[in-house]
Amino acid sequence: MSVLKFFSRRSSAPAARERLQLLLAHERAVFGRTDLVAQLKDEILAVIAKHIAIDPEKVRITTDTRDTLATLEVDIEIRTPNGGLKLAG
Amino acid sequence: MAEVLVVTSGKGGVGKTTSTAALGAALAQTGQSVVVIDFDVGLRNLDLVMGAERRVVYDLINVVQGDANLNQALIKDKRVDSLSLLPASQTRDKDALTAEGVERVINELKGRFDWIICDSPAGIERGAYFAMRHADLAVIVTNPEVSSVRDSDRIIGLLDSKTEKAERGETIEKLLLLTRYDPVRAERGDMLKVDDVLEILSIPLLGIIPESPEVLKASNLGSPVTLANPVSAPSRAYLDAARRLRGETIEMTVPSEKKRLFGSLFGRRAA
Repeated sequence: MSVLKFFSRRSSAPAARERLQLLLAHERAVFGRTDLVAQLKDEILAVIAKHIAIDPEKVRITTDTRDTLATLEVDIEIRTPNGGLKLAG
Repeated sequence: MAEVLVVTSGKGGVGKTTSTAALGAALAQTGQSVVVIDFDVGLRNLDLVMGAERRVVYDLINVVQGDANLNQALIKDKRVDSLSLLPASQTRDKDALTAEGVERVINELKGRFDWIICDSPAGIERGAYFAMRHADLAVIVTNPEVSSVRDSDRIIGLLDSKTEKAERGETIEKLLLLTRYDPVRAERGDMLKVDDVLEILSIPLLGIIPESPEVLKASNLGSPVTLANPVSAPSRAYLDAARRLRGETIEMTVPSEKKRLFGSLFGRRAA
């Protein structure tokens, strides 16, 4: 190891720490909290139900992970008198 | 009332069996009655680490299946009276364990011991679930290294969802036991520090076991490290951890070996 290299040597622990923090934030969302989806569903329903009449049975919430991208899909059917409108977001 | 404790980690080779033996012996050394159970069916090692490998006649599977009773299967430690071992089976397959059988054995042990320490196999399969299933508290053995920390995080998630306590809506107490810690490398920035691991896993700390040749020496001899050399750095760390388990408040330190020039020059013996 050259003298220059010795002095410019960066410690590796901070990299380990950062990598773990990122990875675990992601993994906890996927497996860690098994009730996450149920809880999200209740809370989202509560917010929307304040403003619009919705049928709790017609709400679908799914999470998905592909490579580095995680998605949360919320699909809510809104009751209308003539029963047509559906919003997806 | 007996406490059921699981020693777990997810990852293999981080020190579950060593820690089970050391904590079990340390608790027994304080006068508590302790049974350590090996749940690693097919790959048992707790018997070997405790030096009881030649005394195994019946095992956990025999008791679960009703082929032997606990009195026949329990092996009493020759050094500490109040310490017993319930070995795993080496020949059977892990599917020989049943949920009802394990529950019955744990309930029966609760009437006889102050502490029931379940040594979990690595991984997240059947054996690991059975080991954690009835636990009141979990000791999560973690090395200051990325793969071990990740697996510990996963295990924490499982403890919060798959244990009896979690299913009843209660929280299972989870404590971190950081093993193979090297304070010099951590200070140099080449190893995760205690605080890094604590921040990432966010569970309370039970103890910090320093990396030490004494641990291997003790397993060579078939003795829990706290019995093989009670004054060594890892032993002091385990003994402190055991006292914390009993509710004592003890300052958290990383014990180090006392330098004894004459001792190390003349007292050196092969283990």
